[in-house]
Amino acid sequence: MLTDVSGQAGAVVIRIAKKTFAGSQGEILALRDIFLSISPGEFVCMVGGSGCGKTTLLRIVAGLETEYEGGVFLDGKKLTGTGLDRGVVFQEHRLLSWLTVHDNVGFGLAGLPRQERSREERSKDIRHYIDLVGLDRFESEYPHQLSGGMSQRVAIARALVGRPEVLLLDEPFASLDALTRMRMQQEILRIWEAERTTVVLVTHDIEEAVYLADRVVIMSPQPGTIRNILPVSLPRPRDRTDREFVRVRKSIHDELFVPGGTGTPCH
Amino acid sequence: MSTAEQNQRLIWKEASAELTPKAPDNIRRIHIPDRLLGWIIPASVLLVWELLARLGMLPSNWLPAPTVVGRTIYELAVAGDLLKHAGTTTARVAVGFLLGAGAGTVLGGLTGYLPMARKLFDPSLQALRSVPSIAWIPLFLLWLGIQETSKITLIALGAFFPVYLNLSVAILHVDAKLLEVGKLYRLSSFQMVRRLILPAVLPEYIVGLRSGLGLAWMFVVAAELLGASSGIGYLMVDGEMTGRASIILASVILFATLGKATDWMMSAVGRKLLGHRAR
Repeated sequence: MLTDVSGQAGAVVIRIAKKTFAGSQGEILALRDIFLSISPGEFVCMVGGSGCGKTTLLRIVAGLETEYEGGVFLDGKKLTGTGLDRGVVFQEHRLLSWLTVHDNVGFGLAGLPRQERSREERSKDIRHYIDLVGLDRFESEYPHQLSGGMSQRVAIARALVGRPEVLLLDEPFASLDALTRMRMQQEILRIWEAERTTVVLVTHDIEEAVYLADRVVIMSPQPGTIRNILPVSLPRPRDRTDREFVRVRKSIHDELFVPGGTGTPCH
Repeated sequence: MSTAEQNQRLIWKEASAELTPKAPDNIRRIHIPDRLLGWIIPASVLLVWELLARLGMLPSNWLPAPTVVGRTIYELAVAGDLLKHAGTTTARVAVGFLLGAGAGTVLGGLTGYLPMARKLFDPSLQALRSVPSIAWIPLFLLWLGIQETSKITLIALGAFFPVYLNLSVAILHVDAKLLEVGKLYRLSSFQMVRRLILPAVLPEYIVGLRSGLGLAWMFVVAAELLGASSGIGYLMVDGEMTGRASIILASVILFATLGKATDWMMSAVGRKLLGHRAR
């Protein structure tokens, strides 16, 4: 059964037999034998070095890559192409320079059929998500007036305004400075707790993964595949200096860097 | 800027302050605002020119004094000739520019957006572009006669290429990452064009329009010099025939003023449209 018994929306099942890219010397195998089942409302982080296919995997779930062998299912339904049931945030904010913060967030509703949400509802939702990411005083600013962290907040609001069941984040904090990154990690947890969407976050930052995730999916390259899945059951908010936190971080580190290492799941 | 960087800068500033000898306070420097600096050379040239002309050191039938040129413009204005000729020329530029820029917009839009249209039209248009547009004049005269049609066609041709090229290339180079955002939010093709592509290419499109307008003014001169019974170009030819350099110079000034004025209007519209963007 692919549908979650609890009836809550946002269950994702990923089955990818093979994903290849055309290279100059024939095909390059990007992903192989990926099977992953994510519960509704779960926070999953995928870690791995560059070239392990984690971004490709996220792009397949987002519907931006459609040429592959296999299928991605959301609440039991096979996904074809992009959809408003999934919100996406990239490493770059990808905001439209000619729109204000308010209109950039509203852009997330541009493709929604007119009858699906009334004008009042739309503008209420836009307000709500701008408030949620803490930018209510910056509504009428333009992207070039915002800092990197603020731009990413706008991108998160834009991804959420369509009320997706799944939020997909592709190294969303990688280009932020260390302090802003830590603040944004707290923020994304707060937003997740408020929205209760399923979250899939791709990162190369092990600490970020341990700080955020219910489960950490460790990927290895050539071809990109899942090496191990570690549940993290530490209570939130997590203390990065906590002994157990450090132990989990180290086991993921060993898994990624020591050949043949096996990480042990934390209790 | 980080605090560390700021500190570093301060240290450098202090260090360099110690090294640079300070100017004695009793020497007053003449302070000229930067905006006025650019006026110094033209103003001096005009002054010297006027002086030399008044002293009779310049042959007045070749190079009349600036005040004489000024008076010529004034007389043309009073007689109503200025309005008539400037009006005719401006109308030619307006019609030619609208036709050329319109065609450039349609074809530039098509070739930028549809790969098929690009493959079909772009090679031919690029080939045509390599012909210097003035070279078409004899053919235009032969086919279209010496009246308005040939002039307008030449001006339109001048305005066409910059608009076409800028728009086509700009659409082709719209950031694929932004188009992906449109795809994620399931925009229709129409919405993609209206909400993403058009605003994204607007700055380059305006640049194209401005250079198209500039070329339209250039080609109206060529067209009117080659045969016209009215327009500023006609005034020039008339001045040449009757040996009145002041009329020729007055016409040059008129062309420059009108060209600059329309360009300024275009860039004002552009600034209004681009509003709050960065850059």
